Amino acid sequence: MPGARGPVPVPTDLTTEVLQALETTDPLLTATSLPHVAQADIKAALDRLASRSMIEYDTQDNEVVVPTAEGKQIIDEGSHEWKVWDAVKREGRIPIKELANFVAAESAKVGQGNAFKSKWIKKDVDALVPTADSVEDTTRLTLQYVQAHSTFEDPKVSKDYLKRKLVTSQKLIAYTVRKGPKYAKEIPVEVTDLTAEMLQNGSWKTANFKPYNFSSRGILSTGGEPGALHPLMKVREEFRRIFFDLDFIEMPTGRFVDSGFWNFDALFVPQQHPARDLQDTFYVSDPAEAGRPGPDVDADQALESMERRRNIFTRKSDQQQEDAPKLDYEKYYANVRAVHETGAFGSTGYRYPYSDAETKRLVLRTHTTAVSTYCLHRLAANPRPCRYFSIDRVFRNETVDATHLAEFHQIEGVIADYGLTLGGLMAFLEGFFNELGITNLRFKPAYNPYTEPSMEIFGFHKGLNKWVEIGNSGMFRPEMLLSMGLPEELRVYGFGLSLERPTMIKYGVSNIRELLGHKVDLGFIQSNAAVRLDKD
Amino acid sequence: MPTISVDKYALFKELGRNYSREEFDDLCFDFGIELDDDTEGQEEPAQLKIEIPANRYDMLCFEGIAMNLRVFLEKQQCPRWQLKAPENGELQTVTIHKDTERIRPYFSCAILRGIKFDKARYESFIALQDKLHQNLARQRSLVAIGTHDLNTIQGPFTYEALPPDQIKFKPLNQSKEMTGTEMMAFYEKDKHLGKYLHIIRDSPVYPIIYDKNRNVLSMPPIINGDLSKIKLETTDVLIDITATDKTKVEIVNHILVAMFSVYCTEPFTVEPVKIVSEHNGESRQTPDLTPRPTQASASFINSVCGLSQSRDELCNLLAKMCYDAKPSPSDEDALDINVPITRADVLHQADVMEDAAIAYGFNKLPRHFPSTSSTVAAGLPMNKLSDIVRLEAAMCGWAEVMPLILCSHDENYASLNKSDDGKAVKLQNPKTAEYQIVRTSLIPGLLKTVRENRRHNLPMKTFEVSDVCFKDETLERKSRNERHFAACFYGKTSGFEQVHGLLDRIMLMLKSAFIKKEEGLKNPEVAGFSYWIEEVEDATYLPHHAAAVYVRAAGMTSRIGTLGMLHPTVLKAYELPFPGSTMELNIEVFL
Repeated sequence: MPGARGPVPVPTDLTTEVLQALETTDPLLTATSLPHVAQADIKAALDRLASRSMIEYDTQDNEVVVPTAEGKQIIDEGSHEWKVWDAVKREGRIPIKELANFVAAESAKVGQGNAFKSKWIKKDVDALVPTADSVEDTTRLTLQYVQAHSTFEDPKVSKDYLKRKLVTSQKLIAYTVRKGPKYAKEIPVEVTDLTAEMLQNGSWKTANFKPYNFSSRGILSTGGEPGALHPLMKVREEFRRIFFDLDFIEMPTGRFVDSGFWNFDALFVPQQHPARDLQDTFYVSDPAEAGRPGPDVDADQALESMERRRNIFTRKSDQQQEDAPKLDYEKYYANVRAVHETGAFGSTGYRYPYSDAETKRLVLRTHTTAVSTYCLHRLAANPRPCRYFSIDRVFRNETVDATHLAEFHQIEGVIADYGLTLGGLMAFLEGFFNELGITNLRFKPAYNPYTEPSMEIFGFHKGLNKWVEIGNSGMFRPEMLLSMGLPEELRVYGFGLSLERPTMIKYGVSNIRELLGHKVDLGFIQSNAAVRLDKD
Repeated sequence: MPTISVDKYALFKELGRNYSREEFDDLCFDFGIELDDDTEGQEEPAQLKIEIPANRYDMLCFEGIAMNLRVFLEKQQCPRWQLKAPENGELQTVTIHKDTERIRPYFSCAILRGIKFDKARYESFIALQDKLHQNLARQRSLVAIGTHDLNTIQGPFTYEALPPDQIKFKPLNQSKEMTGTEMMAFYEKDKHLGKYLHIIRDSPVYPIIYDKNRNVLSMPPIINGDLSKIKLETTDVLIDITATDKTKVEIVNHILVAMFSVYCTEPFTVEPVKIVSEHNGESRQTPDLTPRPTQASASFINSVCGLSQSRDELCNLLAKMCYDAKPSPSDEDALDINVPITRADVLHQADVMEDAAIAYGFNKLPRHFPSTSSTVAAGLPMNKLSDIVRLEAAMCGWAEVMPLILCSHDENYASLNKSDDGKAVKLQNPKTAEYQIVRTSLIPGLLKTVRENRRHNLPMKTFEVSDVCFKDETLERKSRNERHFAACFYGKTSGFEQVHGLLDRIMLMLKSAFIKKEEGLKNPEVAGFSYWIEEVEDATYLPHHAAAVYVRAAGMTSRIGTLGMLHPTVLKAYELPFPGSTMELNIEVFL
């Protein structure tokens, strides 16, 4: 009984029987002394005693043969061939067709041939006649020996008898038991645990401790199931830690709903882009439409509180602060419009009529890049190098299948700095993914409306033995950054990946619904090991 | 991204050698396209399925992929497409009527003379039009293409817009003449064309193109006339392009003639067509095959790529990407570049720079990170707060779950015995009834998770810390997220005290002291946080077994949530046979 403490009386059982038998017979053969006790029970009893050093034992593994039901019948009645010979001899002559009237059908079938082979009978025209007056029924004798000795007198015939299914072989385990160093006639009273009382009265010095079973599982002390964090949140935490280690600030992503302007237009995604289709993006029917782009007070407050420490290193003079450009959202909106509609900032633009209504349509954000855009525009008031990241939920109007859900988590990083190079982005990504234990990367040129150059990130997956796409990256387009009022020399890397995909690859989860959503198995959550991406 | 299927060995013949799967995969990878599949052994002739970036309309057919890869491998130079007027100098003419402004105002046209089709070329020609219709043309809404056997019709042509009942012709592959209205009914159920009807159906006038004898060429964007159908034997092809987008109408023209003029009697020549469009000043000859001149800064390209290539070296790199580039004679940093008609995706010198990087080899670029930054790390305060609550809840033996944020209207309201309070953000176009609104409560997700885990040992103790969303007319996005904490006990007994105990524990960890309501109201100046609960009526919970949670901080009292024993009708709505209790708090007050 788990948890029982103090002295526990040991019930009289098979162990006592063994101990008492050993008193007179040492060594003791279980096959002879305890022939009717099931082998598993004997083993359990012997193990209990052996763990207390009261006995020692050896195991013998014997193969034995025993007669089958048919074999036993032959032992009782004689073999089929003997029965045929006996009938033929009694009758003197039996027409072959009538043999079945004199012996059992089975005997007639098998016995006739064997009796011929042994030259006990012969065929005379269409009848059987005896050729021997007396015969020795070897089959029966052999089986009688087997019954008595559990083995064949002549091992060579065993194959034939096994094939004829007259005998079958069985494994027989027997034990030779000897007294052990702590042998006694019965198991002494044992204690299962050390108690406070035993410490006080000193009885622990003489107490006979029950041996601890080191091969069983322990007991969880909470008294119920353990608390657990969600596996995906644990992976998210690892990613956050990496970002913090690399001096990134976490972006305020507290807006599931965003406008067409922030989610698409500001990112230089043309208004006719397929990503803006009803097929791909969730549009909001209520509330009706967004207001004009402007400051988001909650986001600004959060960013200010986080960036306060940064200002320690980049304190500007009062004059500099005064001279800093002010954010002008109306100008920003006009710039975005121009760069789409007529071209601007060295770009031909897409040259199509820009729709204000389209900018106001409310969507469930399709990417957290909408938030990065907000943060980058905010940078125009004080252009400087910075690093931002976020990990949060995004929404796509996807048809749900094993690898797609209508919502998932996007991991996104943004680095703004002067004089950034494309090779530098690769170097950064190699370092970043190295933190996740992914060391072999290559980069494929790709298309993305808001980055140029754009690169898909591929990692070599040893388990799958192929290159798998693990993320997207690029440098934000001048059309996007210059519209914000950022200086031309300030270049910005962006990269993103989903939280679910690397988790699925890493842990061999093939269905995203086993990882996110209400169908996730609680047992999986409770038993999922701690996440150490660099070690796993 | 579009996937294009091309004849494997025909492509290898164009590239001058055979490639192993790995070799071709690498070539694609370097160039920025992706080999999706090789059907070697599965079909005859073997096809390569190649994924093309969504903005590379010049690679939507075999001819374009072959040409671009040949140029990239330096097996040929980018062709120079030329206009060639007919011998007699008389151009075909298309006159545009003002009425077309009411439905589809833009028109462009071109003629390919002496084209030699075979089965593969013919199919590629049709497939390219289809791909353009699907991608750039946004399902024909922006642009539509018609192609005609010029020898079956006679110019001059007119592009008009007429009431549907005044339009009558035999549509492609049909035996009967129909009016515009009849065609709308006839094609209603058509798997292929049905989806385009909406573009013009309700317009009082339909766009229509006639020849000199009032034979119909096409009724864009729906269908061509049967008369001018192109066949394998067709040699002279007239291409009509109609559009609602002035930029894209020319892009489509360029792509079609650039890809298929290679098969003309004189390759890479195109016969221009005279467009007469006086009402909107759009009279001109189309197509204009002049490459677009632009400039790019060599130092910009070198700086972003981390390279120090000379201008000549950069020009050589750019030649592999179809540009005609030369060092500028007047500016020692500039490259004078002609962007070929095929490259409508080039908008800015950033695009030129990327192509130079591709030609150089992305993976060969020096890994240089010239950081000048002094940045600090910081976590979002809201997430820090969430993590405190999450860890404490887990330490108390509760398991974190992660249900979805979108849910059905009923799950959020009716199943919780609540009526619609008008606070939820509603979706316009969900594909299933599972996703109708953005949740305003975490409870539905917890109950669904418990339901899906019915076979798990009891009791089940689950929690979530995440965002819900409410409408908020005062904000730009007319909505705001709110960070909630919710927990659910489900077992043989309701576990109300356990949920209550978790509340107490979380409040203790957030330094919020338990007080009685009277104390809270009596001592408004108590420092820090304090909280109390009081019985409340809430239809989600059993009567007299629900309480509101109040927090008092800095002299302000706010009701931050509710806990209670789930009402049996709620349990039934979520198909839960055992009792349970839940709690949900808005934790933002502790921020």
